[in-house]
Amino acid sequence: MPALELKDVAKTFTMHLQGGLKLPVLRDVSFAAEPGQCVVLTGPSGAGKSSILKLIYGNYRCDEGAILVRDGEAQIDLATATPRHILAVRRRALGYVTQFLRAVPRVSALDIVAEPLIAEGAAPDEATARAADMLKRFNVPERLWSLPPATFSGGEQQRINLARGLLPDHPILLLDEPTASLDVRNRAVVVDIVRERKARDAAIVAIVHDEQVRDDIADVAVDVTRFATAA
Amino acid sequence: MTTFEDDRPLLVAEGLTKYYSRQLGCRDASFELYEGEVMAVVGESGSGKSTLLQLLSTQIEPSAGRVLYRMRDGTVRNLWEMTEPERRFLLRTDWGYVHQDPQHGLRMGVSAGGNVGERLMAVGQRNYANIRAVAADWLGRVEIPADRIDDTPRTYSGGMRQRLQIARNLVTAPRLIFMDEPTGGLDVSVQARLLDLLRRIVSEMRIAAIVVTHDLAVARLLSNRIMVMKGGEVIEAGLTDQVLDDPHQPYTQLLVSSILPV
Repeated sequence: MPALELKDVAKTFTMHLQGGLKLPVLRDVSFAAEPGQCVVLTGPSGAGKSSILKLIYGNYRCDEGAILVRDGEAQIDLATATPRHILAVRRRALGYVTQFLRAVPRVSALDIVAEPLIAEGAAPDEATARAADMLKRFNVPERLWSLPPATFSGGEQQRINLARGLLPDHPILLLDEPTASLDVRNRAVVVDIVRERKARDAAIVAIVHDEQVRDDIADVAVDVTRFATAA
Repeated sequence: MTTFEDDRPLLVAEGLTKYYSRQLGCRDASFELYEGEVMAVVGESGSGKSTLLQLLSTQIEPSAGRVLYRMRDGTVRNLWEMTEPERRFLLRTDWGYVHQDPQHGLRMGVSAGGNVGERLMAVGQRNYANIRAVAADWLGRVEIPADRIDDTPRTYSGGMRQRLQIARNLVTAPRLIFMDEPTGGLDVSVQARLLDLLRRIVSEMRIAAIVVTHDLAVARLLSNRIMVMKGGEVIEAGLTDQVLDDPHQPYTQLLVSSILPV
């Protein structure tokens, strides 16, 4: 059973503020990711790559088709699941890392990184220790750990976000441009972590523009332009 | 791994409707709330969100519909079939209600410690030293300095009063808390502190919460689920990030697109 499977997914936006304009963005999206496999979505910007990740994570509602996530021995269709089920699947099965950190006022970088582990039920001490290791791995200077990241540079915020998103051992990982504003050293950290996660049987769906990184992590390339609606 | 079949909702609203004489307050609101879920109710003034909160917390009686609540002993009760003392006991122990204006939720002439301790006494605690110790602990958790325990909330700032109200509500470890614009009327920096505090405590204690707010940023930060109300009706509901990132209803699209970027 694949860890993640999309079957005939379609998405159309209706823009009510533009007189009900219908904007079909995707149709017939079908692909699967097996455990230990990294699927890279390719295609020009605007083709709908990020929309696919948002559909899988549930930020966008799926109009048609099925988004099947393996949860133990069962498959859950996120396209029809209740909010509560989606949240539970996210907590234990789905990781999602974007380029942008949604910083919470007053919460320190270390706590932001540790939070998902604590939400999963880890002891706060252990979660904090593992968060610290992850920040170290991404070369975030220790003097920043206790500060809220709102004032950090773009690159620093992205590394905090990566540390947070990559720390829990989710069996499915969605990566939206994880290396966009990173230097060579930190790009290599991302590649290493993705390889480790593949070795531990995680299924990964990634959007990566950097060709070197793509070659380093991809097992399968899915060209998103074939899902584009004839607009 | 948790399964879903064996756990039941904490609160179920079925077709809740309230007419004020012939004026509609709220029509046909139905939803289920589970332990640990935080649900935001958003909409502009007059949308019916406050009416809904008052209906749920039994402050006003519905014209139609009912609210079912799962008690600590596992029995499910219809709130309007309970006796008034039973409902009051629920409100004092198993529920919390955070008012927008802390003056409505606090006893302004009683010390901060007394405000928190009073809820404990309402559930039968009599040992003064214990009550004071628990009250002091809670003041610490909401970041009120220990040396202010004997001062009355009159001497507190707006942000401190609101944090005190939260401590007063949470000291009995309620399973459900209602919040009516908890950050309304506070300065932005004070809001941030309060939001962070609420977020942390609610998630640590796994409390279910229903938060009425007109501020979508507050909803995004605090809630997992959201209901959008307009003209007394729930027009859109779902996961918070889903409704805010992919709003379907014209009014929700208008609300989301009206947020000023910073």
